[in-house]
Amino acid sequence: MTPKNVRRWSWIHKWSSLVSTVFMLLLCLTGLPLIYHHEIIHALGNEVEAPAMPANTPRADIDRVVAAGMAAYPGKVMMYLSQDQDEPDMWAMTLGDTPRDKNYKPLLVDARTAQLLPEPPVEGGPFMSMMFHLHVDLYAGLWGKLFLGFMGLLLIVAVVSGVVLYAPFTRKLAFGTVRHERSRRVRWLDLHNLLGIVTLVWLLVVGTTGVINTWADLLLKVWQKTELAAMTAPYAGLPPVTRLGSMTQVIAAAEKTEPGMRVRYVAFPGTKFATPHHYIVFMQGTTPLTSRLQKPVLVDAQTDQVVASVDLPWYMVALRVSQPLHFGDYGGQALKLLWALLDIATIVVLITGLYLWLKRGKAAAAKPAEVRAEEAAV
Amino acid sequence: MMHVFGPVWTAPILLGVLTVIGLVSALLGDGVWDAVSAVSLGAVVAVGGWYGLRRPAAR
Repeated sequence: MTPKNVRRWSWIHKWSSLVSTVFMLLLCLTGLPLIYHHEIIHALGNEVEAPAMPANTPRADIDRVVAAGMAAYPGKVMMYLSQDQDEPDMWAMTLGDTPRDKNYKPLLVDARTAQLLPEPPVEGGPFMSMMFHLHVDLYAGLWGKLFLGFMGLLLIVAVVSGVVLYAPFTRKLAFGTVRHERSRRVRWLDLHNLLGIVTLVWLLVVGTTGVINTWADLLLKVWQKTELAAMTAPYAGLPPVTRLGSMTQVIAAAEKTEPGMRVRYVAFPGTKFATPHHYIVFMQGTTPLTSRLQKPVLVDAQTDQVVASVDLPWYMVALRVSQPLHFGDYGGQALKLLWALLDIATIVVLITGLYLWLKRGKAAAAKPAEVRAEEAAV
Repeated sequence: MMHVFGPVWTAPILLGVLTVIGLVSALLGDGVWDAVSAVSLGAVVAVGGWYGLRRPAAR
């Protein structure tokens, strides 16, 4: 590479990194507890568990479950009903004053007795809630998400330019050399290059999928305004649904349409994830991949009949697949641990990079040979 | 092109391939798929840990 090109890429690497570093440090630090959010919520005592019962205990009628939840908050409306694959003994519900209430109330109901369980803390308690918002939207809603997404794009630029600079900086050295006998700057440069190249593909994947996740709200809106709107066009202009039918029938109809899949969650009419006239029952498969590629089943809220089972468009599929690749929650405890270690390695890359910038220009030895030769010739 | 795939890039390409195997494998299934994922991504982390944490032998 010519000295001019090295300088050009160095400039790109420097500025894309500098602008995004503070936010990337924040994302790495808050992402660490988020990898273990289940364990932390459990340890903090913020987790609600259904009481142990024999495995063959019959399950309560879902209409009774919904009625129990609604009785706890008279006057509120149902927003979502959901069930975690790993916790089939309880149904989670959210209720609000309106179907789009931002201050919704979360509830848990025992799936076998239809009894209310203790109220779960919102977003897993104050600590996890803070980690979540600092990581996802900086408490600034959609604009916060899009801002962090832009920082993620800068990260991708920084990673790519870092790869371009990897060869000029390391080609005189055996892989993984950390020159301990030299100054701290040289040592940290070697460490920066080593951990940067080790985390390269992981960080590109986690960064890219993180950026895609920041567009989740927008992609959902696009889907609703195009395909979903076309599908539900005959309902446009009809008065909103007031009388809700039987949830038992809605779920039975959805399960009959998609045999082999189970209900992940039901969005009630008028909520963000449904339409004014339909439930959308999001069905999930049982493999790590098909459990993410949820299949929406559209159910008429007046008749409880299935209107359509929808194939998600490619951008919604991309969004769904990108989520596990960002969270690292699809391969058990081993994958979580590796996710945490790679996250820590990334923090080291960020800090060593910042240090290299602070101590810039002091050590000629830390420059690639091309640049040194050019400077010597001047 | 020889330069691009010369000694400098051997290890990084290997690490990249191992990372991709590690990330994709666990998506495809549980059990053995998770194990393949843990071993290949674990190898990448181990390489970083080994070279990053080792100290030069006393001279």
